[in-house]
Amino acid sequence: MAVNEFDFTAVEKRLGVSRRTFLKFCTGVAASLGLSSNAAMAMAKAVADPKKRPPVIWLHGQECTGPSESLLRSEQPSLEHLILDLISLDYHQTLDAGAGHQVEDIKKKAMQENKGKYLLVVEGAIPLANDGIFCKIGGETMVDITNEAAEHAAAIVAFGSCASWGGVQSADPNPTGAVGAPQLLSGKTVVTIPGCPPNPANFIGTVLYFVTYGKLPPIDEKGRPKWAYGRLIHENCYRRPHFDAGRFALEFGDEGHRKGYCLYKLGCKGPETYNNCPSLEFNNIGGGVWPIGIGHPCFGCSESGVGFSKPLFSLADVKTHTPPNMFPSIDDREGGTGISTGAAAITGAAVGLAVGATAMAAKKLDNKEHDES
Amino acid sequence: MKRRDFLKASLGGTAALLSSGAAEARGNLEPAEDAIGMLFDSTLCIGCKACVSKCKEVNGMPPVAMEDEIQYDAARDLSPQTLNVIKVYMEGVGTHKDQAVDGFAFEKRSCMHCVDPGCVSVCPVTALRRHPKTGIVTYHADACIGCRTCMVGCPYNVPQFDYDNPFGEIHKCQMCNQAGVERVDKGMMTGCAEVCPTGATLFGSRKALLEEAQRRMTLSAGEIYNYPRGDIRKPESHHEKQVPAYQKHIWGEKEAGGTNVMHISAISFDKLGMPPLGERSYASISETVQHTLYKYLALPAVALAGLTFVVRRNTSDDEGGDS
Amino acid sequence: MSEHQALKRPIITLPFMLLAAVALVGLYFLAIRFTSGMGFVTNLNSGYAWGVWVVYDVIVGTALACGGYALAITVYVLNKGEYHPLIRPALLASLLGYALGGLGAFIDMGRWWQFYNIFLPWHMNFNSVMLEVGLCVATYILVLFIEFSPTLLEKIGAKGLLKTLNKVLFFFIALGVLLPTMHQSSLGSMLIAMGHKVHPLWQSLHIQPLLAVMTALIMGFAVVVFEASFTAVGFRRPSETPLLTRLSKGIVGLMGLYLIIRFAEIILRGKLGLIFAGDLGSWMFLLETTLFIFPLLVLLSPSLRQRGHYLLYAAVSMLFAGALYRFNAFLITYDPGPGYSYFPSVSEIMVTAGVIAIEIMAYLFLVKKFPVLHSTDPA
Repeated sequence: MAVNEFDFTAVEKRLGVSRRTFLKFCTGVAASLGLSSNAAMAMAKAVADPKKRPPVIWLHGQECTGPSESLLRSEQPSLEHLILDLISLDYHQTLDAGAGHQVEDIKKKAMQENKGKYLLVVEGAIPLANDGIFCKIGGETMVDITNEAAEHAAAIVAFGSCASWGGVQSADPNPTGAVGAPQLLSGKTVVTIPGCPPNPANFIGTVLYFVTYGKLPPIDEKGRPKWAYGRLIHENCYRRPHFDAGRFALEFGDEGHRKGYCLYKLGCKGPETYNNCPSLEFNNIGGGVWPIGIGHPCFGCSESGVGFSKPLFSLADVKTHTPPNMFPSIDDREGGTGISTGAAAITGAAVGLAVGATAMAAKKLDNKEHDES
Repeated sequence: MKRRDFLKASLGGTAALLSSGAAEARGNLEPAEDAIGMLFDSTLCIGCKACVSKCKEVNGMPPVAMEDEIQYDAARDLSPQTLNVIKVYMEGVGTHKDQAVDGFAFEKRSCMHCVDPGCVSVCPVTALRRHPKTGIVTYHADACIGCRTCMVGCPYNVPQFDYDNPFGEIHKCQMCNQAGVERVDKGMMTGCAEVCPTGATLFGSRKALLEEAQRRMTLSAGEIYNYPRGDIRKPESHHEKQVPAYQKHIWGEKEAGGTNVMHISAISFDKLGMPPLGERSYASISETVQHTLYKYLALPAVALAGLTFVVRRNTSDDEGGDS
Repeated sequence: MSEHQALKRPIITLPFMLLAAVALVGLYFLAIRFTSGMGFVTNLNSGYAWGVWVVYDVIVGTALACGGYALAITVYVLNKGEYHPLIRPALLASLLGYALGGLGAFIDMGRWWQFYNIFLPWHMNFNSVMLEVGLCVATYILVLFIEFSPTLLEKIGAKGLLKTLNKVLFFFIALGVLLPTMHQSSLGSMLIAMGHKVHPLWQSLHIQPLLAVMTALIMGFAVVVFEASFTAVGFRRPSETPLLTRLSKGIVGLMGLYLIIRFAEIILRGKLGLIFAGDLGSWMFLLETTLFIFPLLVLLSPSLRQRGHYLLYAAVSMLFAGALYRFNAFLITYDPGPGYSYFPSVSEIMVTAGVIAIEIMAYLFLVKKFPVLHSTDPA
């Protein structure tokens, strides 16, 4: 058995977790990625091997540090250990102990040493207006910093809605000209993990996949890993039966709201937001804790063009509908039976009888007339 | 001479009949003075079926189970248990809303409340009546003999007879204003318009709704429009949405004399199952022919007088006149 | 009163028993219809609200019962007294046909226990073609009964009553000509309100009543020939071919006129192309027209129309043609919209077959017990 053949004692010591907890974590991540238990073992091995730890450069632009915070506060056992030991976090503005020119030098050194091998994580939007002067770190604009770091990165991950498509900064009228990393780094593959804040599980799963297989998981046209963002919230929402049955909460605190009816009429953006919130909820807190779970309509935080751009209580465009077979087609009718063999036979027999009787009578009539004449 | 008598007496009717198209033609009826109606905007419909569900609740109708499983109300079409149903048009991969090719669109089926209703015209016992003020077409089971002429006379196949009940009756949408419900009389909206989350089913006076529909026809695709919900005359709320590429056609403005329930869509109405109708109502043609022949029963009376005269003379010829 | 005589032959024969069996099956399904509902017996649906019960029993059935009407015009209006021998059996067939047509309408009526509403003035809708048909048919059944009643009165020997009746009978005969003209034309008018659901080849709008009354007359004359031929063969009575031959000359004119109007309407409204569209409508139209033209050709030929069996063929062809005209318009090419379909169920057909069986049984019974057929020995 692969599990037994592998020596986890080093991992246990290093991460301060039991072997059992560690394997559970890896299996959980693999499962949410839709991978097999073999993949879980591969991940476990990759994480356990300190030589495989990729160096990470973590940049912050215009943002609130929400993604980092959510990552640090996630409920996974010793996740902060895992995330800090799983990768070699060489530069992270909020987590670095050092400050000032010291860390900037370390960053430059790390990027030089690990040219083409490091993982670049961008958190926060990048302002383009007025030559990018609205966000500067160590005297350099975020535009320059990002471009420089992206040039020799092995992979780039935009973490959070701000980095993915601009987030709240890019909301109309967008005075700073904020954009996400994919917009700035056009031509480069940027994996985006949108959300405000994003679900840390989506980040960990993607990074673990990268560490294990040395490549990025399948992504959609907006750079989102398909395993996490492949479906609309509406498709997996447990309030969906209420939508299908036409039961809606009409205002906060009304009867329908208290009964847990669908929140569409309150402006829920689930029907146009791609995310896995209904199945993972948020931050592994449990107990149904995520916006729709606690009775608030989905805000569409992870969806460009929805979150921060559509009014909170305006109606969502329904991107998909109930499985098509639940809708009768225009020509579908109730009842309506086709022609039965018996009925066809009787009809044929009746016409036949009439024709036959006529022929017989005609023959007799003819004979009769011959006799008479 | 006798032949001529006959021709005068009875074929005179046929002559009048042949020219009846021109003479004494009854035109389409005009909309009732305070006609109440609904506007269904297919492009706003999201297929949530809240209207189907509310309709059953208001009218006290049982669900239609799908293949004998009591899980969902899965009505396929109008039936004695379903007065209102949302159907889907789908073509190709069917992924784009309001697109004829590779797209889909929702369409509502319910009574259109014709301005010149065929069912009212053909019913022998006035079991179907058009309200003189509101134009709502209601059904009265106490008068109905169950001949089902209303069903064949309705261009939209709306009236539904409950065949599975030995004492069945006709079921049709009565705009939530039948005796015992009377939502419109109480100043309420129809159930379906009340619950519609997007304003796809909009309630109001026919006049105001027609104006709203005409306004939407003038909008260009992509423009932002503030769509009202509920009652057009006092909307409960609005919501902003991009205007779709509407077909410049308001179904029910003119079709067969017009309807009080009007539809607009981004897909041509023949694809959404609307019948091929001209502007003249069949009810008006039928009544023109009928009234030409039977006005004050004058023609039959004249014919009878002529026939009596001729027959009397001919029977007295045959000594004794027995048959 | 020796002009007519009862046949005086046994009632219970093998054909009679077979008909009784069919009638019993029909009655069985009729019982289900009244206890459980029409849905358990018929294939009717929301698109096809009228099935074989209405279209055969009422619409085609009453046309087949137009023999009395056609002969009444011939004998009493056009004063062709020589056809008098044909009139009583024709009246009987009409009475039975209409009575059972009324019964057919009743069993098809969804709310039959309220049928009398049609006779209550405060319920009447004078715009309704159906009202006209209903009232007119009901009155005509009564009129037919009065017209036929001398036969019954002769049988029971009520001479005084017979004499009184004969004095006023002319009025009822006049009514008996007027009423079928009215409701048979209205059966056509009913198609107008059905609008686009009626195939364009059959939707002649203003011409509907005229075409309907003409086909009713054609079928009426045809049924007289049919009946006389079958009586001659079935009861081994002398054939009435010479009389029928003369009658057929009139039919030729009627059919010619009918076909001219029918085609003129189609051509003037630009619907000619539909005849050759190759769909169900076009094939049915061609079949129907063939059935109309075949008898026309037979009857036009002086040699063929002298021969009884050709006359019978022609008559049956006319009956099929007229019936098909109505079946096509009301049912076969009737199209309420995509997705709907209808074909009568076995039980539904058996009810109709039962009604027909009862009709034939009643006819057989009455001609054997009452002076319906005219005397074979020279009067």
